[in-house]
Amino acid sequence: MDGVRSLVEFIGGNTSGIVERTTEHLVIVLGVMLAATLFSVFLGIAVQHRPFAKQLSLGTAGVMLTIPSLALFAIFIPLVGIGNRPAQIALFLYAILPILRNTVTGLDAVDPAIVEAAQGMGMGQVQQLFRVRIPLAWPVIIAGIRVSTQLITGVAAIAVLVGGGGLGSYIQRGLTSLGNPFSIERVWTGTIFIIVLALVLDVVLGFVGKRTTSPGIR
Amino acid sequence: MSEPSTADTVEAGPAGMVTDRDPTDAPVMIHLDGVEKVYTPGAAPAVEKLTLDVHKGEILVLVGPSGCGKSTTLRLINRMIEPTSGRIVFDGEDVTDIDANELRRRIGYVIQRIGLFPHQTIAENVGTVPRLLGWDASRTQQRTDELLDLVGLEPGIYRDRYPKELSGGQAQRVGVARALAADPPVMLMDEPFGAVDPITRDRLQNEFLRLQAEVQKTIVFVTHDIDEAVKMGDRIAILRERSVVAQLDTPARILSYPVDEFVDDFIGSGSTLKGLHFERVSGLDIPDYPVIRRDTSREEAQRILEGSDFRWLLLLDERGRPARWLNDAHVADTSRPLHEVGPVVRAMVERNATLHDALEAMITSSAGQAVIVHRDGTYAGVVQIELLTEVIGRMRREARRHYEALEANQAADATADAAGTA
Repeated sequence: MDGVRSLVEFIGGNTSGIVERTTEHLVIVLGVMLAATLFSVFLGIAVQHRPFAKQLSLGTAGVMLTIPSLALFAIFIPLVGIGNRPAQIALFLYAILPILRNTVTGLDAVDPAIVEAAQGMGMGQVQQLFRVRIPLAWPVIIAGIRVSTQLITGVAAIAVLVGGGGLGSYIQRGLTSLGNPFSIERVWTGTIFIIVLALVLDVVLGFVGKRTTSPGIR
Repeated sequence: MSEPSTADTVEAGPAGMVTDRDPTDAPVMIHLDGVEKVYTPGAAPAVEKLTLDVHKGEILVLVGPSGCGKSTTLRLINRMIEPTSGRIVFDGEDVTDIDANELRRRIGYVIQRIGLFPHQTIAENVGTVPRLLGWDASRTQQRTDELLDLVGLEPGIYRDRYPKELSGGQAQRVGVARALAADPPVMLMDEPFGAVDPITRDRLQNEFLRLQAEVQKTIVFVTHDIDEAVKMGDRIAILRERSVVAQLDTPARILSYPVDEFVDDFIGSGSTLKGLHFERVSGLDIPDYPVIRRDTSREEAQRILEGSDFRWLLLLDERGRPARWLNDAHVADTSRPLHEVGPVVRAMVERNATLHDALEAMITSSAGQAVIVHRDGTYAGVVQIELLTEVIGRMRREARRHYEALEANQAADATADAAGTA
């Protein structure tokens, strides 16, 4: 119980710092997710009908996820220096696979009869894509976005190791000062607020997904 | 009991079963000129040099065994499949090279699996082509409601529903409404009623024929079911492999005179029976039949029966409607008055019924013959099996003569051509 009391005490005494770190964390995640979503959805659309390109891009995106995060973050320092930048690039690469895979899967799952009807009524490729195929694949795509967001929110804690900001700094400070007052509380604070942030983002995305999905396919 | 209930009277079949007009009298709407589709160069074409005219306002059915290329042929018309060679002329305009999407917006397209957009409401689905054509919202909405009405779906109830809330039959009606939305002159239908149960299919077919009588579109209709072809088609093209036309004619003529063994096999047994759908009772030359009235005396009845070649007398009631069949045993039976003996006449057909209906009535009748009545139920005549045999023979002879004349013409043309080039 002492632990909980001292944790509450720590959080209570550092609200402004926590808000700042959480905002930093959120900004990193949102920026990465926006870029990764646009990139992955377009890539998914582009490769869906091309078996070789599809396998290649899914395979590559899969390999990204197997690279240890610590290493992947560091790899980009020589290229873009320290700070948020190398972290964002690494997170972007992690975020691709779930969105890409779900985009391809969602588009694959669209009933060919529906596409044939669209084509037969005189919709061009672009109209078919935006009026029919993407709206129908959307629930699956947004599920991919949600998975990526969860993943990125957690992994973004490492950004601090390459000079970036975010809630990871509480964890890092806590770990480097183990044995000192409030060291464990710092670790817990970072962890808890990352989890809370991830949950909040998931709820928001869930709501957005529901609002942007037609009642006809819910 | 002797009152014929209206339920016993066979109504004429659905509109379209008997057509007197010749569909080829109308101007040509779609002209396929040597259209060919080759998927693998060097291999056999999927569709081989097909030349075909579809006339304005007709339903032309393409029918043939699976894999004969009938669907491919249909999809060549709206260029869902691009022809390898040949020309497609649409209402006098060569559309072989115009923008395919623009062409498709002028052609209604209905497929077996319908392909309604599940994420759009029924109204949005129906309004697809109008929106592509840039109609304003109020015009699109008005048209959508009009079409839902036309296919028998109350707009107030169905407009804002989603496809998942519809039954198969309703979905197919929406599919038809969607194809008709921008009032295209031509509709292409690829086994449109193939995925629904037989009862619903029959209803949809009848509804569609009624609808077509109203909208008068030029329709190319693909099916593998010869019965559907016979029912829906003003003309039928029976296709063999590579979409080669084996026979192209009205259903009645194809049924009475299959040109070769392939067509004969394809239309199968019972083609003569099916052919009876195309002749109406009113077209028959009905011989006199002995009838008596309620006030006719027994002696008189006996005399009439003995003096005729028939085994049965028909007794009419006081309002001139067929009441009972009487044979000599009934007439001789003095225990009851004449109008209480003999089997009650049940199987009656109206004058505008088809011979198929008449045959059905004949089979169910205790006297083995069908009684023809006027609309008001009064007696008009009696049809016997011999008369049908005669009609069948006549239909065959006429069809054969038609083909002989056709061949003679072709031969004459060929001779003229030969003389011309010489």
